[in-house]
Amino acid sequence: MRTIKLLSVTAEAPAVKSFVFNDVLCSKGEPGQFVMIWIPGLDEVPMSLSTLDPKRGHAAVTVERVGEATKALHNKKAGDTIGVRGPFGNNYTVSRASKVMIVGGGTGLASLAPLAERLAKERAEITFLMGAKTRSHLLFHERIHTLLSMAKSRLIVATEDGSFGQRGLVTTSAGKLFKQGEKFRMVYTCGPERMMQKMFLLAEKFRVPFEASLERFMRCAIGLCGTCVIGKYRVCKEGPVFSGQQLYAVKDEFGRWRKGFDGRKTKV
Amino acid sequence: MSSRLAVELVGLRLSNPTMLAAGILGLSAASLQEAVKQGAGAVVSKSVGLKPRSGYGNPAVFQVDDCGLLNAMGLPNPGAKHFAREIGDFKKDGLRAPIIASVFGFSAEEFTEAAQILVKGGADAVELNVSCPHVRKTGSEIGQSLRLVSEVVKRVKRAVKKPVFVKLTPNVADIAEVAEAAVGAGADAIVAINTVRGMAIDIETACPILANKVGGLSGSSLKPIAVRCVYEIYEAVKVPVVGCGGVAAWQDAVEFMLAGASAIQVGTAIASQGLGVFRSVSNGIDRYVRNKGFRSVKEIVGLSHRC
Repeated sequence: MRTIKLLSVTAEAPAVKSFVFNDVLCSKGEPGQFVMIWIPGLDEVPMSLSTLDPKRGHAAVTVERVGEATKALHNKKAGDTIGVRGPFGNNYTVSRASKVMIVGGGTGLASLAPLAERLAKERAEITFLMGAKTRSHLLFHERIHTLLSMAKSRLIVATEDGSFGQRGLVTTSAGKLFKQGEKFRMVYTCGPERMMQKMFLLAEKFRVPFEASLERFMRCAIGLCGTCVIGKYRVCKEGPVFSGQQLYAVKDEFGRWRKGFDGRKTKV
Repeated sequence: MSSRLAVELVGLRLSNPTMLAAGILGLSAASLQEAVKQGAGAVVSKSVGLKPRSGYGNPAVFQVDDCGLLNAMGLPNPGAKHFAREIGDFKKDGLRAPIIASVFGFSAEEFTEAAQILVKGGADAVELNVSCPHVRKTGSEIGQSLRLVSEVVKRVKRAVKKPVFVKLTPNVADIAEVAEAAVGAGADAIVAINTVRGMAIDIETACPILANKVGGLSGSSLKPIAVRCVYEIYEAVKVPVVGCGGVAAWQDAVEFMLAGASAIQVGTAIASQGLGVFRSVSNGIDRYVRNKGFRSVKEIVGLSHRC
């Protein structure tokens, strides 16, 4: 456990905040990797790294307030202490100068923002589809917009209420592009599991290589306890990023079931 | 797999003497099958009780620098009825490796009832967890009392026809005495050892790190303690002993076997080496046995007691 002082806390969207901290190991993490964030005396939760800045030694996590632990984290201010273990898990595959699609919803954007930054560095042609309930729920819109305006890329926004961009689900926007015959070397996705499942089916149908970052309850984060398993895979070790092929092998569970802390399956 | 490695343990046939230790990845059929596919000679499930339990909050696991791993999971499990179905699923794949259900209870009755359900579900044997160091009224609180160990083992033995392993805690003054009590009550084999009680405190915040504050220490720092326990138990009882505690390489496994272990269990090393550790350990044992001129791994069990 490394204890760290928060450098800054930023409100990103309703009930979503980013927590920036100084930690060399985390700053050198790869897009898709996660850390265990310790709220001393209360809980420890898995979080994707949402900023990777090795030059300054900075990293961040972006957290939605959903329960007691995340509420306590939201009450922390710059200068407060938290603990961190990691980074853990694998990362998205990044190849050079390829045409890719990124589809993100909700806090799934946390791991996709540093991915887009890495891909931009590798001169990828990025089609970034960003989904949210409403305009105010959009996460990292400015950051992605600025990033992509500099490259040969585009940003497509879909909101469920139509308050910004296209009205409807981001998966519908993605489906349209496939149907128009657009080809991609890779589709990356992170967000609500039902959304990722829809993208998985689209990628299967249009035969596009696919990677999704999964979320499960976690304890050890080092591949021992079995809490986060999906089929034969440990999300903390073989994941959190899985290929379409791997997800095909666990399609009875992906998008359907997850294990609770007692090991029993509950609906996703 | 070399025939030199084959072991028969209280009637169970293992292709090699490595086993997946209780508490590691043993919550689902798919994970247990994967351990077998990657070389485990047998697998032990996570400890299962009569009712579902969520266990403790996080942090539940913490790596203590070079010392090892602290954990206080709090016996999370889906309950015996639910887990019996996972055992059934495990069996469907036609894998020949035995599955041993680790069982815990808050009374001899609970141990017995859970063991019956799991054996009915297809478990080839049960391993009684009288050694978990961090849950009140069970585990080591039973394993530290000769009377309670004897009572639990007797009741379970009377109720199930499959072999009964008993996993002991090192947190006692005389582990051989506990092993004798277990065997006296009918235990078919002894597993030694479970984790050593320990804790870690973060000096910046002055908070204990584990949510439960106290947990169990596993990993390589445990090995000398575990080897000593196996050595003492081997001298005290006639039933097979299974070594557990800090096996990360074939040399560790051989050391346990020379101390008296008929088989060894691997847990913590999976964090750093993955499930491939089973094959690398059993291949190493095989080379050792061959190079020393033995025909079977059975011939090295307890050899150190001649010196």
